[in-house]
Formats: sequence, C-alpha cells, structure tokens
Amino acid sequence: MALFSKQNKEVFTNPLNLDHPILGQVLGICSALAVTSQLKPAIVMGLAVTVITAFSNVIISIIRNTIPNRIRIVVQLVVVAALVTIVSQVLKAYVYDVSVQLSVYVGLIITNCILMGRLEAFAMQNKPWPSFLDGMGNGLGYAMILVIVGAVREFLGRGSLLGFQIIPDACYDWGYINNGMMTMPAMALILVGIVIWVHRAYFYKEK
Amino acid sequence: MSKLNTNSNAYIILYSAILVVIVAFLLAFVFKALKPMQDANVALDVKKQILYSLNIRNLDGAEAEAKYAEVVKEEKEENGQKIYLCHVDGEEVCVFSMKGMGLWGGISGYVAIHDQDGPTVYGAYFNHEGETAGLGAEIKDSQAWQEKFVGKKVFKGSDYEHVALSVVKKVDDAETQVDCVTGATLTSNGVDAMLKAGLAPLMQQLHEAAEDCSCEAAKDSCQAACEDCSCEAAKDSCQAE
Repeated sequence: MALFSKQNKEVFTNPLNLDHPILGQVLGICSALAVTSQLKPAIVMGLAVTVITAFSNVIISIIRNTIPNRIRIVVQLVVVAALVTIVSQVLKAYVYDVSVQLSVYVGLIITNCILMGRLEAFAMQNKPWPSFLDGMGNGLGYAMILVIVGAVREFLGRGSLLGFQIIPDACYDWGYINNGMMTMPAMALILVGIVIWVHRAYFYKEK
Repeated sequence: MSKLNTNSNAYIILYSAILVVIVAFLLAFVFKALKPMQDANVALDVKKQILYSLNIRNLDGAEAEAKYAEVVKEEKEENGQKIYLCHVDGEEVCVFSMKGMGLWGGISGYVAIHDQDGPTVYGAYFNHEGETAGLGAEIKDSQAWQEKFVGKKVFKGSDYEHVALSVVKKVDDAETQVDCVTGATLTSNGVDAMLKAGLAPLMQQLHEAAEDCSCEAAKDSCQAACEDCSCEAAKDSCQAE
C-alpha cells in the first residue's frame, strides 16, 4: 500500500473534520476543559497528546496480534502510561521551564479518553503506518480545539495571548472588565458546545 | 502469525510478566539516564528563584549561575530551612526559603529581607506544585503581585512577638499587609501561613535581641544611677526574664 494512498490520507484527514475526536466522537472532553485556561499550556498539551497518541498507536499496532484478548485494555494502559512517563521525564530533562508549567497536565494525558479510544477502535485492527496517521490526525484535531478554546478563554478571561497583553490599558480605563468566568472550566464546556454547534452547522455532513 | 493460543492462561501470565519487566527496565533506564540532567535543571531553577526574590530576573542559564556566585555569599541551614546571606548592590540581604500548603498541593517561596528602618522586604518569589492556572498560580506567574511585597515591613514597630507581614483580603495596614490574589483565597491563605512560619527564625532572633537590649539598657541606666548592690539586683532580675 502506498505511503499516502487515498485510504491512508483519509485515515489522517477524517479525524480533522468529520470524525473529530472532540466534535464528532466526543472523546477527550475532560482535559479540553482543564488545560485551556491559558493558550500556552493548551498548545504544548495538544502537541504532547499528538505525539503520544501517534506512537502508542504504532506500538500497539505492532504487537496487536500477540496481545491476549482478556488483558488487552490493561496492556494498552501500560503502554500509554509508560510512554507518558517517558515523555514527562524527557521534558523535565530537556525543557525544564515548559515541564514546570505543565507539571500536572502531562500526567493527565494518561486519562485522556482519545488515546484509549483510538487504541481500541483503530490500532488493534490496523497496520502500524495507518495507525500512526490515525494517531497524528486525532491528536492534531484535538490540538486544534484546545488552541481555539484556549485562545478564546485567555483573550476574554485575561486580555492576553501567550502571556502577552493584547487588550490595551485604555480599554480597561473605559470600563472593560476581564470576564472572570472564562477562567473557569464551566465556560470551556460552553465554548466547546458552541464549537460543536458551528462545526455541525457548516462542516459536518451526515453520513 | 504462528498458531499461538493467545487466550490460554499460561500465555496470559507469561505475556503480562514479560511486558511488565520490559516496561520496568525501560522506565528505570530512562530515569537513571536523565537524572543528572534533571538534577542540574532543578539546582539551576532554585538558584534562579533565589535571584528572582532579589529582583534579578530575566537571566538565562549561564548568566544566572554567574550572578548567583557573585551575589550569594553564604548558605545556612537551620531546622530544615535554608537561609542565604547575599550581597546585592552594596547591601546585605538575607533570603529566607519557605514551604507551605496551597489549595491543591505544596507551595514554596523565597523572601529577601534587608534592614531599612527595621526588617523590610527587598523582594519575594513564590512557587507552587499544582495550583489552578490563572488563580492560585498567580502567586508565581504574576510578577506584579510579588512586587507588592517590596518595601513591606515584617514587624509592626518593635513588636517582635508576631510576624506582621501578611496576605489579607482587606488591607488595613498598608505597611505590612499585601492584598491577596482575587479568586485564590485558599492559596493566598497558604502564602500567609507560609510567611509567618518562614520568617519565624527572624522573629525569634529579634525577639531575643530585644530582650537582651532591654536588659542591657536596664543595666546601663542602673549603673549610671549608682554603683552598689541594688544595681546588681536590678540586673539579675532583668536577666532572669
């Protein structure tokens, strides 16, 4: 099968639109709410999930024929947990500042439903390369939503983006106040709901 | 693939055992290999934090090491608390390290004290392990909030029985109190408690010095008044306190 055959391309692009993990499959909502109060942790979290999903997909796909059926969830969990731990340690060694900022969140990747969801639904039944593409696609789709929600929440909730003050002091003097609710997870839920609404209205085609 | 019965008990047990052993070795190897780098990072980070509390920020790795060596003269440890004696811009500044509890986990801080008509805060830096981003985490992320501590007095007048420096919801005394972070009451309370505990050695030291002073003063005024036994009695009763 060619590297980027039509089928493989679909495997990569489906999760970015029709089969989106958060908007279509409704997976991974929890961390989408928790990590997005600011844009920077949202971006790094999105990248970390993409890398981990892709590589755990590949590993499980390679050993898929050897896994006993009765302990397959356990095996998937062990692989994901080991990968997340390794990534977290590598971050701590090579980019200490970033790892300090993400301290709690990286560990939470293990609990992200998207990973287990893709491993069960795709990696267990497909070859390594398509599994890698599927992992990348789902990870990037997830990252996209995180970036959108994170940007809106940080902009409206703190008047900044990536830590840089965007809303000028003049606006604050006129009476503009940061929307405090934006820093709370409840607002993230509402924002994701709005994004799902927009997605369904303009981009989604019923199969 | 060969005809392996992947559902037999023996296979399952063997598989799990091998998987666990491989993962354990892998993780142990990664930890061991990365530990020196991580320890170096942590040590550098501690030095940077101390420099932050001395209002020296925005230095990268090598510069921070050099500045630290230049500024920090001595490191003492008492009862598990580290105190750093520093020389900044010709002034003697003492940095107190401290640890406390925030809302979700531990918090820590470095408060630099210098003498400016009584112990005064020169600078402060706080850190946390898992406070909420945008709320409790502001104790670390908001340089503006940390700078509010600069110039605050540690004690009210010469009352060395209590640490007056505190973090409160409503500031009554602008000389010693800092407004807490909006929406992060519990984390701010944690910082308040941490300050009181962390500056306790300073309070101890000054409290004892104050007692000695009053004794010395009593002795001096006594000896000035007369030179006989009644002065000795006054001195003895004073030192008995």
